[in-house]
Amino acid sequence: MNILLEAFAKSFELVFTLNEDLFEILLLSLKVSGISLLLSCLIGLPLGTFLAIKSFWGKDAFLVLFNTMMGLPPVVVGLIVYLLVSRSGPFGWLGILYTPTAMIIAQMILITPIIVSLTSQIIEEISQEYKSLFASLVVPSHKAIIAYLFDARYSILTVVLAGFGRAISEVGAVIIVGGNIDHLTRVMTTTIVLETSKGNLSLALALGIILLSIALTTNFILIRLKIRAKRRMYV
Amino acid sequence: MYKSNKKNLIKLTPIEVIDLSVSLGKDLILDKISCSIKNNSITAVIGPNGAGKSIFLQTINGLTNIDYGKITFNKIYNNDEIRNKQAMVFQTPTLLRRNVKSNMDFVSNVKNKNGKLIIKNILKRVGLEGYDDKPARLLSGGEKQRLSLARALFIEPSVLLLDEPTANLDPFSLKLIEEIILEESKKGATIILTTHDMAQAKRLASDIIFFNKGKILEQTDANAFFRNPLTKEAKKYINGEILL
Repeated sequence: MNILLEAFAKSFELVFTLNEDLFEILLLSLKVSGISLLLSCLIGLPLGTFLAIKSFWGKDAFLVLFNTMMGLPPVVVGLIVYLLVSRSGPFGWLGILYTPTAMIIAQMILITPIIVSLTSQIIEEISQEYKSLFASLVVPSHKAIIAYLFDARYSILTVVLAGFGRAISEVGAVIIVGGNIDHLTRVMTTTIVLETSKGNLSLALALGIILLSIALTTNFILIRLKIRAKRRMYV
Repeated sequence: MYKSNKKNLIKLTPIEVIDLSVSLGKDLILDKISCSIKNNSITAVIGPNGAGKSIFLQTINGLTNIDYGKITFNKIYNNDEIRNKQAMVFQTPTLLRRNVKSNMDFVSNVKNKNGKLIIKNILKRVGLEGYDDKPARLLSGGEKQRLSLARALFIEPSVLLLDEPTANLDPFSLKLIEEIILEESKKGATIILTTHDMAQAKRLASDIIFFNKGKILEQTDANAFFRNPLTKEAKKYINGEILL
């Protein structure tokens, strides 16, 4: 019990004393997760929409593949990215091992399948709902796609935040490709691992509380938005 | 008062349906039907459930595949230009997950037609004035159907297809929709509606098409049909008997 109280006190102290190291780690965590989320959305939203509305040979195989990839073990992804970008790997010449770039790539591989699969399910449902109306109105396909994405915005926001949750809480892949280097690739989760291994449990727990607070805040915003949307029957 | 723009009414009539067959999966829904829809008529398509009335309307609107036969609009096959001058109101209206105004704006955007004032006038006409910001899917059944009709009116259709537009609606919505149907007809639109309401068919229709089991058993003018139906099925249906 004491250690929990100590951890809470420590987390408040770290936040309210504007601890430089903490903010550096926090900002890097948000930057890496934010960029990987943004890039995953740029790939995943159009790809998920395409899979939802187009019929082509092998479509089911793609859907199964992306659904399966939603459960990719982060350490395996980390290991694969490590092999690809390490000096002897095919992309070793890029020199990005142990940099935030490698961490972003690893996180993108983890998040993109989530965005693709869930977007595909959401857009498929809404496109079926609007199918007859849009056919009757002779809606051009680009305007139909914009309408699907706009009208499914609340559901898609859930997907985006699910992706963010996966990214910000991820440790296995980023520790392998980032290396947890102080002032360079150290993020919240990798710091927690490090501090735990050093026996500094109160600091580890304090960081955990801050991480949890970020997750709680995003989920709170998400739930408020969903409640508002449900009241208006927009979902 | 809403003013019509008759210049926009492309002549799509007569609509000729020749030996039309339509299947859904393995089921034959329309079985070699033929009929002709006159210019500026109000045609009521009647018949028991499952007779093929809704599919008939959807086929005219180009929403189903034709197995056999053809439909021509003033001797031209259906195409996007023709379909852009048709409007369909479905029995169960599909409304976008937006407010009333945005539902109208969507049609305006799709048809590349700027019409803030037109939208305002149409919403007033269908009794939805002041509903702009109301989420469309929170409207009552009658209001939803009137919004669906408002979208159709925005198109200024030459052919207006209405699939049971007043089924289960309140008297206010029913009266308003019937008045709008008659007004659109006066403006020159050709209207085809399906209905189970014989009184409504008598009030509105100039022509009747009677369907049973995917076939057209009668097509005639409304007065003649109700005065002297030619088939025993039509007689039974008018008398409210169950057709098996």
